[in-house]
Amino acid sequence: MGMTVVEKILARASGRPGVRAGDVVEPAVDLAMSHENGALVINQFFEIYGGTGLDPMVWDPSRVAIIFDHRVPAESAKTASNQKKVREFVAKYAISKFHDIRGDTGGICHQVLPESGYVRPGAVVVGTDSHTTSHGALGAFAFGIGATEMASVWALGTVLNVEVPGTIRVDVTGEFPPFVGPKDLILHLIGRISAQGANFKVIEFHGKTIASMSTSGRLVLCNMAVEAGATSGIVPADGETARYLREEAGVEGPQQATAADPDATYEQFISIDVSSLVPQVACPHTVDNVKPVSEVAGTKVDQVVIGSCTNGRLDDLEVAAGILRGKKVARGTRMLVFPASGRIYAQALRKGLIADFMAAGAVVMNPGCGPCLGVHEGALGDNETALSTTNRNFKGRMGNPSAAVYLCSPAVAAASALEGVITDPRKGRN
Amino acid sequence: MGRVVLKLADDISTDVIYPGRYMATVLPSETPQFAFADMTDFNGALKAGRVPAGSVIVAGKNFGCGSSREQAVSALKGHELTIVAHSFARIFLQNAINLGLDLVTAPGVEAAAGDEILFRGDTVVNETSGNSFPLVKLPQARQAIIDAGGLIPYTRERLLHAKSGDSHN
Ligand code: SF4
Repeated sequence: MGMTVVEKILARASGRPGVRAGDVVEPAVDLAMSHENGALVINQFFEIYGGTGLDPMVWDPSRVAIIFDHRVPAESAKTASNQKKVREFVAKYAISKFHDIRGDTGGICHQVLPESGYVRPGAVVVGTDSHTTSHGALGAFAFGIGATEMASVWALGTVLNVEVPGTIRVDVTGEFPPFVGPKDLILHLIGRISAQGANFKVIEFHGKTIASMSTSGRLVLCNMAVEAGATSGIVPADGETARYLREEAGVEGPQQATAADPDATYEQFISIDVSSLVPQVACPHTVDNVKPVSEVAGTKVDQVVIGSCTNGRLDDLEVAAGILRGKKVARGTRMLVFPASGRIYAQALRKGLIADFMAAGAVVMNPGCGPCLGVHEGALGDNETALSTTNRNFKGRMGNPSAAVYLCSPAVAAASALEGVITDPRKGRN
Repeated sequence: MGRVVLKLADDISTDVIYPGRYMATVLPSETPQFAFADMTDFNGALKAGRVPAGSVIVAGKNFGCGSSREQAVSALKGHELTIVAHSFARIFLQNAINLGLDLVTAPGVEAAAGDEILFRGDTVVNETSGNSFPLVKLPQARQAIIDAGGLIPYTRERLLHAKSGDSHN
């Protein structure tokens, strides 16, 4: 009986010849990532060791990654103190993959991990962040866990009692029309299968469109797989993965790729042809409330946000800057741009994109999560409306429960910023 | 037996259960004050101690979707609430098992605020309406963590076994 990609990865990581959906395994962890919530992991880690008479030990400090991104630079004394506590732990336990608040190597965890070459095809990656699913873009099995579970991983190096998930196979064909891309594809898929459509399952992406998609685009798909409830999204590693690792992540040497067996068992098959896809928008207050842009065009927006672990990469900024260049953000609309990492910020600077944004009237902020989770900067006022390239529009998400958040691609965001209302980016540009 | 104190729809996210702006607060001793912080009436009742331990929240599908924040679980656990839902999102379910929050999956459960709920074997009984609903048992692997008293003692046992060279298998 053939295995899916994730079944193969879990079989390897738990030292078994084969596993099937529903089996319970204890896979060895290749990479364990946390961000500011490392402060809680540390607390739980010492709880575990308390009363055992053992010296607290991190199983393998070289496999632990901690990236400050959610509240950078710290917005309050409390956050700063949490960050300080994590820094002290990192020093004491010699955690090597630590990314502090820095302009060169800092950024959002789901960008810093891949661009630093920490994520490898076939790896088991866990993170105390639900969008850890992102790293499936490089052919890893990557999923989110809670802080206590991470503390257990730090102590043991394995995840206890993992149920091997079933897999949904999504085959994507066709060429994206202009101003339509990976974000529209994943919003369309979530709208189609609902926010629970992939609960406890993996979404495995295949097809010609995926084969010719950049790792940056694949990260968008896997990032938002969790918005359909998926344990993880995964794109089996291929030539593009090898190229990304070599050219963009500086990883030397050949990479082992894990492919699905031709006779693997899938729980569901979904086919999508993107050649007739139109720009999509997820409307308040659930990510599966997805509509074609035409149905919400004209909705006034107070704030446009471009950035996040979903769409804050160089190609996203290029699309947005291309639309804004030489034009002005509408009066009455604020536009905030958050590059996903310091490296991307520097690249955007060299390409002149930052100058384009500023000339258009956008405010370019430091890399980090920024307004995505509404705790730091760029919060919304009462009853305001935001249009954002982020991944969640839950009530209260951007810091104000009376505000409304619409989600879209960088092209829709940029075109809308110019008009001050939700706008189809194809209008007048085709 | 517990009284239903809150009836919720499908897809209740962790942003509703524990808004992101309180995420700098991490300790289980401090998170309960922010449970359902944006539902000011219910949050007020919790903080005023007007919701007795063992009270029940009934929800639809996919309760706890969204962020992996464990505060969403520790905040509810702090008030000793029981959550009965048609289904739970994966990370929330696992966090609840790990921390020992009382969860019951009952795909067809129907109850309104004020109803009295009873758990009897494999069923959820709504004493007020007289209807019973089957509940879905947790897979054994997850039950083992609950039986150990949560993931912290469960991991502790593993560490001590490893230390004493005693194979767990
Ligand atoms: S950008 Fe938003 S979704 Fe991504 S890690 Fe940060 S808070 Fe989470």
